[in-house]
Amino acid sequence: MTESNNNNIGFISGINGSLINIKGIETKVRLHDLIKVNKHNIIGEVIQIYSDFVVAQCFENTNNLKLKQKILYLDNPLSMELGPGLLSNVFDGIQRPLEKIFQEDETGFIERGIELPSLSREKKWKFTPLMEVNQIVSGGNVVGKVQETQSITHYIMVPPNINGKITYIVKEGEFAIDEEIYRISNGEVEKSYDMIQKWSTTRSRPFHKRLVPNEPLITGQRVIDLLFPIAKGGTVAVPGGFGTGKTVTQQAIAKWCDADVIVFVSCGERGNEVADVLRQFAELTDPRTNRPLLERIVLIANTSNMPVSARESSIFSGITIAEYYRDMGYHVALQADSTSRWAEALREISGLLEEMPAEGGYPAYLPSRLSSFYERAGIIETIGNDGKKNNNIGSLTVLGSVSPPAGDFSEPVTSNTKRFVQTFWALDAELAYQKHYPAINWLDSYSNYPQYIKNWWKTFNLNWDEINLNWQECRNMMNVILSSENELKNMTQLVGEENLPENQQLDLFTANLMKESILIQNAFDDTDNFTTPTKLLAMIQLILLLYKEGKQLLEEGFIIKDIKDLEIIAKIQRIKNSIPNEDIDEIERIKDKLLNEINSLRRSYRVIR
Amino acid sequence: MSISYKKISQIIGPLVYLKNNHDVQYGEIVKIHINDGEVRTGEVIKMDEDVVMIEVFEETRGLSAENSEIFFSNDTFKVKISKDMLGGVFNSLGQPIDIHTRKVLSSDVLADVKRDINGSPINPFAREYPQDIIQTGLSVIDGLFTLVRGQKLPIFSGQGMPHNDLAAQIVTQAQVMKKEPFLIIFCGIGIIHDEAISFIDKFQKSGNIQNIVSFINFADDPVMERLMIPNVALTTAEYFAFEQNMHVLVVLIDMTNYAEALRELSAAKEEIPSRKGYPGHMYSDFARIFERSGMIKNHTGSITQIPILTMPNDDISHPIPDTTGYITDGQLVLDRDLNKKEIYPPFEILASISRLMKDAIGADTTRSDHADLSSQLISSYSNALDVRDLISIVGEDSLTMGERSLLRFADAFENKFLNQKINENRSFDETFKRAWEVLSKLPRNRLNRIHQKFIDKNYNRGV
Ligand SMILES: Nc1ncnc2c1ncn2[C@@H]1O[C@H](COP(=O)(O)OP(=O)(O)OP(=O)(O)O)[C@@H](O)[C@H]1O
Ligand SMILES: [Mg+2]
Repeated sequence: MTESNNNNIGFISGINGSLINIKGIETKVRLHDLIKVNKHNIIGEVIQIYSDFVVAQCFENTNNLKLKQKILYLDNPLSMELGPGLLSNVFDGIQRPLEKIFQEDETGFIERGIELPSLSREKKWKFTPLMEVNQIVSGGNVVGKVQETQSITHYIMVPPNINGKITYIVKEGEFAIDEEIYRISNGEVEKSYDMIQKWSTTRSRPFHKRLVPNEPLITGQRVIDLLFPIAKGGTVAVPGGFGTGKTVTQQAIAKWCDADVIVFVSCGERGNEVADVLRQFAELTDPRTNRPLLERIVLIANTSNMPVSARESSIFSGITIAEYYRDMGYHVALQADSTSRWAEALREISGLLEEMPAEGGYPAYLPSRLSSFYERAGIIETIGNDGKKNNNIGSLTVLGSVSPPAGDFSEPVTSNTKRFVQTFWALDAELAYQKHYPAINWLDSYSNYPQYIKNWWKTFNLNWDEINLNWQECRNMMNVILSSENELKNMTQLVGEENLPENQQLDLFTANLMKESILIQNAFDDTDNFTTPTKLLAMIQLILLLYKEGKQLLEEGFIIKDIKDLEIIAKIQRIKNSIPNEDIDEIERIKDKLLNEINSLRRSYRVIR
Repeated sequence: MSISYKKISQIIGPLVYLKNNHDVQYGEIVKIHINDGEVRTGEVIKMDEDVVMIEVFEETRGLSAENSEIFFSNDTFKVKISKDMLGGVFNSLGQPIDIHTRKVLSSDVLADVKRDINGSPINPFAREYPQDIIQTGLSVIDGLFTLVRGQKLPIFSGQGMPHNDLAAQIVTQAQVMKKEPFLIIFCGIGIIHDEAISFIDKFQKSGNIQNIVSFINFADDPVMERLMIPNVALTTAEYFAFEQNMHVLVVLIDMTNYAEALRELSAAKEEIPSRKGYPGHMYSDFARIFERSGMIKNHTGSITQIPILTMPNDDISHPIPDTTGYITDGQLVLDRDLNKKEIYPPFEILASISRLMKDAIGADTTRSDHADLSSQLISSYSNALDVRDLISIVGEDSLTMGERSLLRFADAFENKFLNQKINENRSFDETFKRAWEVLSKLPRNRLNRIHQKFIDKNYNRGV
């Protein structure tokens, strides 16, 4: 950032909310470059350039600013500082370190004009070199590593677009992130590098090639993993009216999903929710590493009362950090709650600029901005792939909440988002009202990933003798039964359930059992909150076995009441919160008991006959 | 207060335009002196090299290019705050008033501090997750939708429903459980004069007035003041909560009037309207108010908010309740049918929720069976409502025993638990006692959400 150069100084010529007009730098600024209001230390981003002035949106409020005040042109776009120290940390929408700010200002408020480096320059990291002098390297190659948290190794990579020969690299030792680590010469000039990379938030980081998704992101949420799965590198939208469960669902996934790194963006939402995430993630341990979950998460918190223009930046800040970990060969999940607040920030700024509004007052470029966000998801081969290591595949899964006004999915943000995502979890106010959580409506939701990931699931096999369906078959049967229930709904209301044919009553009964035992999942119950693939398959197969046997019984002349009265059913309903994930044997015992009860039903019937 | 300036070039609605040849600050407060001695206040909201645009807080009627003189204050709007405010009544600008005459008292606040009413955002990292409670003395709130310190829990009401009674009851009854300093800030937004007098009267009679600070913006006060008063009240709340270490409960009534004022001003500024004419930035405006609640690490105080609003046409999807619900930590919804049945407070149980309750109740704060009780009451009541619907299809005769017991439960729940007098202040113990009493209308084995040990201890007690 060159501040001294006189050519880089302009002055304020107009103020309108968070927007300021600047004269004097219009000939050299590039769009999206940053400026600084000198006196108040406020950063802004240039968003329009005219022949005689430019318009910048400030990331903090503009009260007390005056015309003719000095503006510094910073000659750089908004960039993320990428390096060790991101994990377990909390940043605002423009990557200001919120924990550090609290240390500096213990009142707990964010005063305007605070300027601190995003990542600590004091902390020393133990760096272990993985390359030697004279090795030829290019962008993305790993030169060394740092144990960033006990769960995650941070690979120090050559920045994209750099290549040459290593002319110097430090020995293993303790370094701050801004100390020299290595040098690269391209034959003409030698350049020095530390552990920091800077990357503009609006450009996606390069990768070698995009791969076809083939593995699910296991979320531990039964309705998702079974009916509406998401692939690693996939995209999903979670729309729903207020209180339908977007945040709880996103948080549950952040806690339990099998990604390596989570970037959680709280965009224009509640401060109390950020406090909740911090508290829970510090207390909970990752089932896979037995370390606090906080060690694998980067939090971006630009709550609803924080400046709107920084809110607009927050999701792109988040995705840039996520891409950086993807480039190390990690599976990363980026969760944005809520993208609607981002879109509204876009709309507010567009309104101040008096741009021609399209639908709902949103600017006409809303769809293209949305796609530039979701398109950064994917499973990829990294540019750093040097054919030697096997961790050269990384993925970035993007999960965005959408908050449609009045829960109406036809509004612009929801309908445009739908165009760019492969999975859609439609949250339903009616289900939430009935306390059916997660309120994912199984008729309106969809996922395009089953065909890609079905082979992955084939490795899970319970080898039960009485029923042996794979994941795909379980899904199909479950869908058939649930849609049968839906078709029978009107009829039931008209004539009453007990007047339907017995086999239709069995469909209704089974569908209800599926809802209560599988679809409804309490995120706050210590056992129910997370279900492993094996337990999930056991649970669904058990119900499908009951269904199959039930059909058989009806054919043999038994009545639906005989089936409903089976004692084991209460046990089946409680598997979700009474049997831990590890205890598959216990589910198997329930299965055996089920078959026993059915057999004794048959025996007693024969006796009577 | 120094430089005066004369030439107004345009007046449009609440907006006054001046030629800019003065060293203005953005957000600066200006005083407009009119010939007849009257003074109005305004704020600079837009400026460039030619023009300064000023939004006038009071009305612009009577202003002309000739008769007005404008003084720039060199500062943004600040409110005076002092510990002497307890028990007092103040207007939108934080000046003490006589509630009967509405006149500003000559004894202005002797300021301990002066604060910018827009405040600064709380650092999300600095927030403490709210986990302690406030007792309201209303069974339905304390028992089913417990209010948590640091929470923002709105009440969605409708025209003609008893939200004023409810507001007054909460203000006069609310208390924290341990002996910690507690203060209530009552903020009336666009309320009519009679109502305002009645509120203050109730506060005085309650014997609790020394713990209440009231801010009143009357229905016929200027639109701009309507937009300021919540922030004046909350700036005061922040001072008492985070500098004087008190627990502060802020009751804001009626946020619908605030939203109407926003819409009116937005139209005057010719902004592009969003849903139903409300501005697209209404979400951010609401959020800047509602997020001024919470707790801060290393501070003992807290701000809790109960914003009350009336839903136009009882429509919960209307932009005002919808926007609110998207920001607050739950909502309490009033129900017109129950109100017609003269059940007070008429809560729509299934539409209401206190999102922060689950981590705040239990043995440490309320009672160990609290969570089970509330979950059972809500789920049984929900089942009972289904049975009531069923009667209209199949008739009462074909009901099962279980269904009949649900109906008896629902009647008892509405009359004994929900229903309470407007001056009846129930302790938590009283509320739980009533909860068990109405649940005892159900067979023991229907209490599937309550741990057995609690059932053994409490079932059928006191019936
Ligand atoms: N899986 C779940 N298990 C149990 N309770 C849930 C679940 N999902 C949601 N809830 C309940 O619903 C409430 C609201 O959920 P949540 O905060 O996720 O809503 P939201 O869709 O994010 O709403 P908003 O748009 O207002 O932010 C929670 O506080 C909780 O009580
Ligand atoms: Mg949410």
